[in-house]
Amino acid sequence: MPDLNEIKEYLKGYDGEEKVIMEVCGTHTASISENGIPAMLSPKIKLISGPGCPVCVTVASYIDRLTELALTPNTTVVTFGDMMRVKGSEKSLRDAAAEGGSVKMVYSPFEILDMARDNPDRQFVFAAVGFETTTPVYALIVERLLSGDTKNVKLLTALKTMPQAIRTVADGDTKITGFLAPGHVSVITGHKLFEDMAKELNIPFVTAGFGGAELLTAIYALTKLNGGESLNMYPSVVTYEGNAQAREKVNKYFEPCDAAWRGMGVIKNSGLVLKKEYAQFDVGSAELCADKMYNGACACGDVISGKKPPHGCPLFGTVCTPDTPQGACMVSMEGACFHYYTNNR
Amino acid sequence: MKITMAHGSGGRSTSQLIDEIFRASSSNPVLDMMEDSAVVDGDTKIAVTTDSFVVTPLTFKGGDIGRLAVCGTVNDLLMRGAVPKYITTAYIIEEGADTGTLKLIAESLERTAKEAGVTVIAGDTKVIEGSGGVYINTTGVGFVKDGADIKSANCCEGDALIVSGTLGDHHAAILSERMNIENNIKSDCAPLCEMVQNMMSAGVRIHAMRDITRGGLGTVLCEFAKNAGCGFEIDEDKIPITPEVRGFCKILGLNVMHMGNEGKLLAVVSESDAQKALEIIRKSRYGENAAIVGRAVKGGDVTLITPLGGRRKVTELYGEGLPRIC
Amino acid sequence: MCVAAPGRVVEIKDNIATVDYSGNLTKANAGVVNVAVGDYVLVHAGLIIQKISQSEAKEMEELFSMLEEMGNA
Repeated sequence: MPDLNEIKEYLKGYDGEEKVIMEVCGTHTASISENGIPAMLSPKIKLISGPGCPVCVTVASYIDRLTELALTPNTTVVTFGDMMRVKGSEKSLRDAAAEGGSVKMVYSPFEILDMARDNPDRQFVFAAVGFETTTPVYALIVERLLSGDTKNVKLLTALKTMPQAIRTVADGDTKITGFLAPGHVSVITGHKLFEDMAKELNIPFVTAGFGGAELLTAIYALTKLNGGESLNMYPSVVTYEGNAQAREKVNKYFEPCDAAWRGMGVIKNSGLVLKKEYAQFDVGSAELCADKMYNGACACGDVISGKKPPHGCPLFGTVCTPDTPQGACMVSMEGACFHYYTNNR
Repeated sequence: MKITMAHGSGGRSTSQLIDEIFRASSSNPVLDMMEDSAVVDGDTKIAVTTDSFVVTPLTFKGGDIGRLAVCGTVNDLLMRGAVPKYITTAYIIEEGADTGTLKLIAESLERTAKEAGVTVIAGDTKVIEGSGGVYINTTGVGFVKDGADIKSANCCEGDALIVSGTLGDHHAAILSERMNIENNIKSDCAPLCEMVQNMMSAGVRIHAMRDITRGGLGTVLCEFAKNAGCGFEIDEDKIPITPEVRGFCKILGLNVMHMGNEGKLLAVVSESDAQKALEIIRKSRYGENAAIVGRAVKGGDVTLITPLGGRRKVTELYGEGLPRIC
Repeated sequence: MCVAAPGRVVEIKDNIATVDYSGNLTKANAGVVNVAVGDYVLVHAGLIIQKISQSEAKEMEELFSMLEEMGNA
């Protein structure tokens, strides 16, 4: 087994065929930047960011609906911090709050249940974005709502699932030679999903953890593996089968749907919505597909799908900066544009 | 008792409020004259700063808005090599504020002023509509000894960067209360008079200093790099941070380089004085965890050398440093 | 896409665990993983999504030998 220094030396001096590795997950994007990994790789190894930041892939009409809800009397929108600054077609939740709208930021979505219990006359809506990792949280909230007396909690969902998005990206113009599979999605889905996808797409997949050394090791593996091969390099939490209990809860309350991805359009079977029998907990999530961008020239969609690097967007670094973000990829701390801008990647 | 709009009328209720809370807490010959302005001594160059304090909650682990107001003001004066002397305090109080809390804040402010060696020489109280908030605006005045010239433009290649203690404590303490995370993290809010005065009287060649408040070390270094003719390099594994704060950052996806502090400074000192300065800071109050974290280098970039051996550019804080979940 | 932090379960009550991350305590839902006090767990957005297995060093060694085989194939 090579030690970390040998891996570092190998990656710096790599002179084989060019590798284009997509890190699907936004938390991987953030960790790659935080660890300064791009500077440690040979120019023949390129890392590109994928569609795995839930904030970045959320369409404008969803944000518009959230801001509208935040400005509705007697209604509070509860959200993760990341969503605050993303603009819809006109404004962000932060802007809505400045106009007197009610927005609360939480660490754990479960907090909405306490808020609702303490303020029974107010309607609370959770901005339920996320991938396979986060959806079980919403399933458990629905379960609690069904079993308890709390009546004033609803979800506005924009829930996505990875496989179809990865297929779309793999079919694109950019030749991807390897995928860093999303580590925490794999916790739920199991490594099996990505083993199957590696075979189907004939591209190697490595399920990776989030530490700097883990990421370097996974990149090392992706330079060695051949098409169709895969490895689970995050065995401390990722099992072959994943978390079946979590998937069961999700399948009980949610069903697959077509979903709109920012800049990528509607992808068949790439999302989840509450089943009809639980529609009373939904505030109209299904119809939110329109993606009228705040700035029409924004190339977020091409960036998310690996077609363009962030600096391939005409707005990057000029009109669009972290101070004046035009698209979600520059807003989110997991967005590719944000990291390319702030780290000169 | 709750504050009402009557307390801001300028009449009897206002003077009662001032007597019972603010004068009872801070009393000295200048303030007690109750004139329209304070007339005080001064015979050197003076440093002046002003600041406003809007923190919620008003009291938190390790401090309160009163202590914070003094620390923030005094530390700003110290960073230019001034000896803090006077402070003024203007309270803007929303109706509904609790007089008990106000008293606690005013007393804490006075206690901290005594610790820092400054006298409260003027004050003001206004009441506005609202829901119990309290805001404090201050002005600080310090005396600058002849020859003291500490400013960011003085940084030069080779200088050592010293951080006076663990980073992120204040930010984590405040966010913990807001995000319902239980821990023993306390705000580091403290006046840094002793360490600065000890360094100055020992003749340490301090080129620049900044208290590492909102925006964190990353933002301070980027500001320095704009004004100085050099860049900076930080060794990430040298940055002092407690295990609790590190764990806290991990939960919320925060970066300590952008977390605020209220009792920590960055000193850029001549390389040959670095060890001496470090020892002085470590022996001074609030400085026991000080560390040399990096150096000034050629160019204009601020770079972090990661424990993994990678390099990444450090930027100012963008946005609000919100917790990141997804 | 999902920030998740490893912590240790210090208490469980009504399927809600108190999880300690280097001295920071938060509540986490234990609805989809069977956990006991003392377990190390991975928590995402207030939900325990997995127990952390403690034998990673050995597993990594096995992985590398697999990688050697695959890479050469």
